[in-house]
Amino acid sequence: MKLLTHNMLTSHVKGVVKGYPLLIKATEVKVNEVEFNPQFVSRMIPKLEWTALVQAAQGLGHLNDLPNELVPDYEKNEEFLRKVHRVLLEVEVLEGCLQCPESGREFPISKGVPNMLLNEDET
Amino acid sequence: MEKSVNWNSLVVANGGLGNGVSREKLQDVLRECGRVESLLMPPNKPYAFVTYGSAEDAQRCYTSLNGSQLHCQGQTVTLYLSFVEKVGSESEVCAELPPGLKVLEEFVSAEEETGLLDAIDWAPTSDAVTVQKALKHRRVKHYGYEFRYDNNNVDKDKPLPGGLPKICDALLERCLKENHIDIRPDQLTINQYEPGQGIPPHVDTHSAFEDTILSLSLGAKTVMDFRHPEGRSVAVVLPRRSLLVMQGESRYLWTHGITPRKFDVVPAGDSVSPQALTSDHSDLTLSKRDTRTSFTFRKVRRTACDCGRPPPPVPCAYSSACDSQRPLEEPSAPVLPQDDGDASRLETRFVHQVYEEIASHFSSTRHSPWPRVRAFLCSLPPGALLADVGCGNGKYLGLNSDLWAMGCDRSQSLVQICAERGFQAFVSDALNVPLRSGVCDACISIAVIHHFSTQERRLAAVNELVRLLKPGGRALIYVWALEQEYNKQRSKYLKEKDLGQEERTGTSVERENESVPDCSQGHAGKGDRCAQQNQPKLVVHTNRTAFNSQDLLVPWHLKGGATKAPETPTDNQPSESSPVFHRYYHVFCEGELEDLCRRVKDITIQTSYHDQGNWCVILEKTL
Repeated sequence: MKLLTHNMLTSHVKGVVKGYPLLIKATEVKVNEVEFNPQFVSRMIPKLEWTALVQAAQGLGHLNDLPNELVPDYEKNEEFLRKVHRVLLEVEVLEGCLQCPESGREFPISKGVPNMLLNEDET
Repeated sequence: MEKSVNWNSLVVANGGLGNGVSREKLQDVLRECGRVESLLMPPNKPYAFVTYGSAEDAQRCYTSLNGSQLHCQGQTVTLYLSFVEKVGSESEVCAELPPGLKVLEEFVSAEEETGLLDAIDWAPTSDAVTVQKALKHRRVKHYGYEFRYDNNNVDKDKPLPGGLPKICDALLERCLKENHIDIRPDQLTINQYEPGQGIPPHVDTHSAFEDTILSLSLGAKTVMDFRHPEGRSVAVVLPRRSLLVMQGESRYLWTHGITPRKFDVVPAGDSVSPQALTSDHSDLTLSKRDTRTSFTFRKVRRTACDCGRPPPPVPCAYSSACDSQRPLEEPSAPVLPQDDGDASRLETRFVHQVYEEIASHFSSTRHSPWPRVRAFLCSLPPGALLADVGCGNGKYLGLNSDLWAMGCDRSQSLVQICAERGFQAFVSDALNVPLRSGVCDACISIAVIHHFSTQERRLAAVNELVRLLKPGGRALIYVWALEQEYNKQRSKYLKEKDLGQEERTGTSVERENESVPDCSQGHAGKGDRCAQQNQPKLVVHTNRTAFNSQDLLVPWHLKGGATKAPETPTDNQPSESSPVFHRYYHVFCEGELEDLCRRVKDITIQTSYHDQGNWCVILEKTL
């Protein structure tokens, strides 16, 4: 699971009002180099919940100097886009779990795959 | 450009078996140009590949043959050549005989052959001993019992007087003595095929005949095509004077047929065991068909079909093809669910668990993206966020690298395959997709919603897709169609396997023509058909046939099971290598998918269409 995907994921346990963002409890994280595409990164930024991204990166120890606030005119700021690129696309959680911030329900991550299935009584 | 390369191989366009060019003829002209190392002639293709010992020879061949004419089988073709860097081998074709099948060569002598052929009186008579019919595609004569092509069965109470011709006695004695059969056949069908004639693929009706079926080829050889319900096919050469013995899986599950054509593709050499055509394209040529007469011996069945062999309560091993075995005979055979709990349990057992079991085989059969799904994905702007809900093995996730694609599926095994391919995927249900609302520029739901067993759940699945979309975002939905024939076009599902069967019970269709059921018959009013679901138990569908109910169980024959085809000719036990799983489907009738989408708020239907046996819509979220 890359952090760009994590940024879109939410808990949908029955009754939960605020299931976002999911807390990452990682036991294995890897960083894979991915070809840098500044345009692609610029296009992803408006879709992000910035604060959630910063929290997730920080939690994994891969903050990579990301600022707490999104910088203006980021499209032309290659240095910034490279940092975002690394956090969004190169950091991957392989093992661990995602925890719903409201209910505390944990969703396991195994071999990079989050299992978000709910039990019958949770839907 | 052609002169600058230094390659030894050439493709010979128009010089292929599929173009009526024989191996011998082509080889002759190619050898005049130099030392031919190999000549590959793929079956049914209009081209061939030749490799020379040196680039000089290849160049000489190109210079002298490109644009030249070749006369073959009474026609003239113009050869066009082009250098190729290397000649790859084509995809593997199953070369093992279907389990339970034997071809015994030279089973009768030339004298016996003449005797048998002379004994048939094809003159139009009205004797009471035999029944003779001139079918559209071949001549046929029945002894013992008449085989009726209207119901694909025999009148078991109306034997024809005279039984089988005496001249067959010696032959049948030999079959009994050599243990090819253990009961004497009492029904004989003689078919005569002229070049260009054939018989459509069929399974002999389970309830009509006992297990073993014998067929003697006289007068000429032919090629018979065997096909497993999941698509594997084997072309089997039936030499002149050989006896074909069909038992077990090959008799009960595989279809067999003869393609109407004037030439067959056969091994070129007089190889010892040429029965199953292999993928070795270096040894194929054309064989002109001649008049072939087959004697098919069968034993009329007096009891219900026991095609599964294992005693009850184990369900029939070949039930998917059995007319005595439906609806699914097991204590907990499913019924259409009445409430959400029932529906969820039905889907757990007949959708989720099945996909988990068949995941790796299923994935190996899912590699080609559907063109119109590809077109949809390629129409999305760069940087679009895509959710593939029910992504299977992820075949659409990497199609457009300008997108951020995320997939989810119920099956952990399938999602694991996606992850191993480097795609972003997670395990979830299509009714509860764990993504933020309104983040997606596009969603696709390909062959997913037909697995939900109530209309409420199908509606909920569409609603969930729409929830993920941002305003202006679009969703593409594909579901399986009841109408597998639309605008006179048969879907790939029917056509590829070419096995259309009509009756609810009909597994075996020894049809004399290829008339295909019109599945639109009897439901002029769509609503009627959609409401007509009072079946006590879900019907088991016969693969590659028209649907006769909207809610059904579709068999999946798991490949790569424990055992393979029997290695030794004495081992004739029906193979149990092909466990069958049943998947629940609700196939949509015309207009039903649009009606479902119209119940969803804040969307417009941009377009809807029928694509290869599927109903499809593209909808847009407006708010």
